Amino acid sequence: MKDVIRRVAADPLGLMGLCLVTLMVVSAVLAALIAPYDPIALNIMDRLQGPSWSHFLGTDQLGRDLFSRVLYGGQVALKVALVSTGVSLVIGTVLGMIAGFGPRWFDNVIMLFFDTIRSFPTVMFALATVALVGPSLSTVIIVIIVTQIPTYGRVVRTQTLTIKSSEFIKAEIVMGASTFRILTVHILPNVVGPLLILASMDIPTVIALEAGLSFLGMGVKPPTPSWGSILNDGYTLIRITPWPIIAGSIPLVLVTLGFTFLGESLRDQLDPKLRKSL
Amino acid sequence: MSTVLEIENLRVRFRVQSPLVALLKRNEDPYIDAVRQVSFKIEEGQTFTLVGESGSGKSTLALAVAGILPVADGSIKFNGDDVTKMNSQDLMDYRKQVSMMWQNPVGSLSPRMSVGGLITEAYKIHGLKDRDREVEASRLLKMVGLPKHFSERYPHQLSGGQARRVGVARALALSPKLIIADEPTAGLDVSVQGEILNLLNKLQDDLGVSMFVITHNLNIVRHISDRTAIMYLGRFAEQGPTDDIFANPRHPYTLALLSANPEPDPETINKDRIELKGEVPSLMNRPRGCEFHTRCPYVQENCKEQKPAKKQSSDNHSYNCHYPLAGS
Amino acid sequence: MSALPTTENVLTIRDLSIEYTTDRGVLKAIRNVNLDIPKGSIVGVIGESGCGKSTLISSIIRLLAPNANVPNGSIEFEKQDLLKLSEDDMRKIRGARLSIVFQDPMSSLNPVLSIGRQMTDIQYRDKKTMSQKRQRSIDMLASVGIPDPESRLKQYPHEFSGGMQQRISIAMALQAEPSLLIADEPTTALDATLEVQIINLLKELQSKMNCSILFISHHLGVIAELCEHVVVMYAGEVVEQGTTKDVFRNPTHPYTAKLLECDPARIAQKTRLLPTIPGEIPDLVSLPPGCVYKNRCDKAMEICDSKTPSWTDFKDGHFVSCHLVEAT
Repeated sequence: MKDVIRRVAADPLGLMGLCLVTLMVVSAVLAALIAPYDPIALNIMDRLQGPSWSHFLGTDQLGRDLFSRVLYGGQVALKVALVSTGVSLVIGTVLGMIAGFGPRWFDNVIMLFFDTIRSFPTVMFALATVALVGPSLSTVIIVIIVTQIPTYGRVVRTQTLTIKSSEFIKAEIVMGASTFRILTVHILPNVVGPLLILASMDIPTVIALEAGLSFLGMGVKPPTPSWGSILNDGYTLIRITPWPIIAGSIPLVLVTLGFTFLGESLRDQLDPKLRKSL
Repeated sequence: MSTVLEIENLRVRFRVQSPLVALLKRNEDPYIDAVRQVSFKIEEGQTFTLVGESGSGKSTLALAVAGILPVADGSIKFNGDDVTKMNSQDLMDYRKQVSMMWQNPVGSLSPRMSVGGLITEAYKIHGLKDRDREVEASRLLKMVGLPKHFSERYPHQLSGGQARRVGVARALALSPKLIIADEPTAGLDVSVQGEILNLLNKLQDDLGVSMFVITHNLNIVRHISDRTAIMYLGRFAEQGPTDDIFANPRHPYTLALLSANPEPDPETINKDRIELKGEVPSLMNRPRGCEFHTRCPYVQENCKEQKPAKKQSSDNHSYNCHYPLAGS
Repeated sequence: MSALPTTENVLTIRDLSIEYTTDRGVLKAIRNVNLDIPKGSIVGVIGESGCGKSTLISSIIRLLAPNANVPNGSIEFEKQDLLKLSEDDMRKIRGARLSIVFQDPMSSLNPVLSIGRQMTDIQYRDKKTMSQKRQRSIDMLASVGIPDPESRLKQYPHEFSGGMQQRISIAMALQAEPSLLIADEPTTALDATLEVQIINLLKELQSKMNCSILFISHHLGVIAELCEHVVVMYAGEVVEQGTTKDVFRNPTHPYTAKLLECDPARIAQKTRLLPTIPGEIPDLVSLPPGCVYKNRCDKAMEICDSKTPSWTDFKDGHFVSCHLVEAT
């Protein structure tokens, strides 16, 4: 693992990705220390100001400091990214492995489940869920988890099916290894590589999804700052001042670039080495 | 000498059409027999070799004996107990006593486990917690002639010969009574083939372990095998003591196999070379009568319609042919 | 120095060296190789893993990896140095004057195109009508022993057995009537009885078409039977070359002698201890000075440590690279 990180850092694309991602994570985690203002503090006197030394990104229509809101918004993005990716990875991997390794009928059931989820357009699914449960960050996270499960599940299932017919798996069966052991010790480690790459390329999608849902009013409730809600506010103000839109877009662009570079670099580092070594 | 393994009338089938398709095509028997009516015994401390070409069913037979394929008919008795009827507890016991060496030396080793972990994995699987895995790994590596530090290597860092030895070490971990060796010399250079065969012979001499070897390389059979069987289309065409089979082959297929081996001596022109016509028939369309008749150079009329009965000469040498070759 | 005047050769390789640039250093895959293929003859190359035969083949057909480098040597084919030709000129030769059959027939057959389509496609250089090309394909398939070729043209490679696939590859390779056919272990993956068929087929086609064949194999028996001349390669060098009779009867290089000794087919007496060549080939990135075989040679002398032996014609066309010969 350390070896992989070192190689990624040696690649210029990977290095840039690592820096951007680290920047985002650090600024979100330390938002409370770095942010010059309280993100929800109103200050109508200073509303709709452009960037200045006191307000790096200007202020919004309620005088709130955009820079601080962006920093705190990073926390929302991070939470959404980590929790939803993490949970859907785990559930998707478990289901995918069982589908690939278990009996045919079980595979068919799980695939039916996956295909059903995938056939729903994400936004419609989100709308339906919000209509049932009401808008909130948890709603967004649940929606994203459910829609991401099939993505990881399918990849894991295909990998499992491929590995299942390898001679080393037959050898394990003949030695008497239990199905659980085979799945956890012999299949899982060989499946994890492509998953990591997929996950890191998916994170910007997930963040953008949250931003989009919040933009549509289905996500975090005001006054909690989220990049999406900043964009939403900025959208209504665009004829007056462009800065809120710019403020909301910058972090999205940087994070997307960062994770994409990181993911591509990871893929480049893991694949040819895999080919060489295996 | 006791019998370690006794196979009687074994039949292994594979389904070739799903139930729906079979129903639609009115196929009452949508199966193929990969192994059919196979019977043989392996004694303690002996090596029994199965010789066959692709499509003969030899790998299927090996996997059935290893206990990972369902058996349609017949029995596999290990020390008197029928493997095909064992519950999971007894099957785990069986797996401690019968281990397998695989054809693909590197591909049969889990890629992310170290050599040390791989060869001692059996202890973990069978819950033998009192064994010190490092000590056992060193012991096993020494037995197969590999240095101790190989314990830390990974499968992709091993050459074909080294990976084969690791396979042997792994098979020896629980001191089995029987080792199944699937093509032990496949992919090895001629100059190192001897290494693995000598190792197997030595282990047999030292430990008294029985071996069930599967190969298509007739050249090595003579040097390691006590009894040999020749397999064709899932059946044994001939079986008997190895020396006898080589000296007095009775079935025309055996003779063809023996003569197919070009001698590495340009002065010897093999005048008795038999070239079999055609190819191995598909298992879905087994020929009538004697199944070898479509390729047999000595075929007669009744071979095409009647199945030959099993004949036996002295010394436990049996063969299935209407007109067996004359013995000397 | 060559065995015959080079005008009698279809392929003459002189002093060829090929290196690969790797992150560990420069890998000297082939060093100062000489090879003669007379017109209308079958020349065998014997070599084990790491001997450089894949590199040799890749260099003849000029499809070397991008990190390969040719520091010296020439490959003269039909009066042209293949190493100096442009890619366009090389493409005119490949498939037409020079063709190749591989170990795995599926590596020359496209799985998604029918056989007929592939066989007519490779006739793109000929100005014939489609029905003429089709007829030629049918004739070629018949000449390699495919039964009922006309009806099989529309079938796909996977519908044929391994032996048939190899025959089709041979048909495709010989379709343009090349002067040289390179056969890279074409029978290694086939069963012995199929191997016999393919060898007889190659003998027949070669005498009919009078092309030359470069036959690479590690199966000594096949080489002895099929080839008139043989070349022995070890770790990137040619160590012995001569007629098959000479080399097999009087192997002069210690490696050749040992290799023949190790072949289980040559060991008539049953033995529990087969001969092997202990040790491994040296690291081709950091080659020690002197003879490349010295660390495994049972006859090594002091001079072998420091000086590389030279290529000596010690008896009428029988060449060897060994200090033992130089000394006499």
